[in-house]
Amino acid sequence: MTDSNPYIALLKRDLLLAFRSPGQLLNPVLFYLLVLILFPLGIGPESRILQIIGPGIIWVAALLATLLALDTLFRGDFLDGSLEMLALSPRPFALLVAVKIAAHWLLTGLPLLLLTPLLGTFFSLSGHTIGILMLTLLLGTPVLSLIGAIGAALTVGIRGGGALLALVILPLYIPVLIFAAGAVDASVSGLPFSGQLYFLASLLVLAVTLAPPAVAAALRISLN
Amino acid sequence: MGSSDAQSLLSARGLRCVRGDRELFTDLSLSLQAGELLQIHGANGSGKTTLLRIMCGLSLPDAGNVYWQGVSLAENRQRFLQNLSYVGHSTGIKLELSPLENLAFAAALHGEASRMTLQQALDRVELFGFENEPARTLSAGQRRRIGLARLLISPARAWILDEPFTALDKSGIRTLESLLHEHLESGGIVVLASHSPVNLHERYIKALHLLT
Repeated sequence: MTDSNPYIALLKRDLLLAFRSPGQLLNPVLFYLLVLILFPLGIGPESRILQIIGPGIIWVAALLATLLALDTLFRGDFLDGSLEMLALSPRPFALLVAVKIAAHWLLTGLPLLLLTPLLGTFFSLSGHTIGILMLTLLLGTPVLSLIGAIGAALTVGIRGGGALLALVILPLYIPVLIFAAGAVDASVSGLPFSGQLYFLASLLVLAVTLAPPAVAAALRISLN
Repeated sequence: MGSSDAQSLLSARGLRCVRGDRELFTDLSLSLQAGELLQIHGANGSGKTTLLRIMCGLSLPDAGNVYWQGVSLAENRQRFLQNLSYVGHSTGIKLELSPLENLAFAAALHGEASRMTLQQALDRVELFGFENEPARTLSAGQRRRIGLARLLISPARAWILDEPFTALDKSGIRTLESLLHEHLESGGIVVLASHSPVNLHERYIKALHLLT
């Protein structure tokens, strides 16, 4: 950790912290894994039903796992004073915050993406469908992290803000879920699905540009 | 703006702060010139921490303004932050990281050429031999010292310290006092909240008493 670039130093610090105390970050990934292992067991081995509901369930599980992970995004830094240190550094706070969200996605969003091929086979999904599913997750989960960060920033100072966070954030997640599930559905039925993917991509661009300043402002309010 | 204000590095005018339905302070003004230390006294709950947070721009006052070199923080935030070192109640130390890693991150975040190497700073606050231990295994006083080492590596002129003597032993207190002395001698300013008297020549020290 001798980088002079503050953003790379922050990214490395957050990744290092996660690897030194992995418990909290494994929770959402474990949740995702367990839910998706239990569904096929509960529904039975009828592969046609699993193929139909699989993509939707995988997406809902990813969405809930992301929501579960959000609480850890700023909580630690808020409690030990690091967040004040970041807010009082001469660097643009929104950029530092964006780096934190990126680190968080690498630790919680990317593992979901990487586990999907394995879990897709539990639902008897074809290789092509799994590919589309991963593409929607690649575009969609960063949007979930970015939007969720706004809620996490607003509720970080509130004791037991987890339930509130879910209430605030879930409605905003619905468009992502609809377009992602729609793209996979369309691809399964052999229809064109690029429209939905473009929508997801534009949501991502929008979230990348607009969320960090909003998160920074929300954190300043929480610190006040 | 008066001539004394023009020379002052950090000043505040007409500060008012209300928490709940309690008024912590109103029409509070202060000004610090190079080489001055302002010690804020007051009972628990009298608003010391709140005042410090307002002085460094973390909290907003209900009225009034804080000025850095005569320009309000709203317009001068960037230059002020380049010149600010704040060590709050929670010091921003990551327990999973070693003192050296904690300090390296603080240095990268501030990003300017530091006055001494990280190792020198840790030696100065008597953490020699502990630099690679996880901070979790260190005592409260030793964690506090990592925060002090952060002051040493930053070129900031304004130090804002919340209860900096907490958990420090006698030699730690002496180290901090000598750091404060050197900082004031080199033209820096310090605002600190503390219950214990600061053992420095009185020509450096200004006092502010907050009443409940």
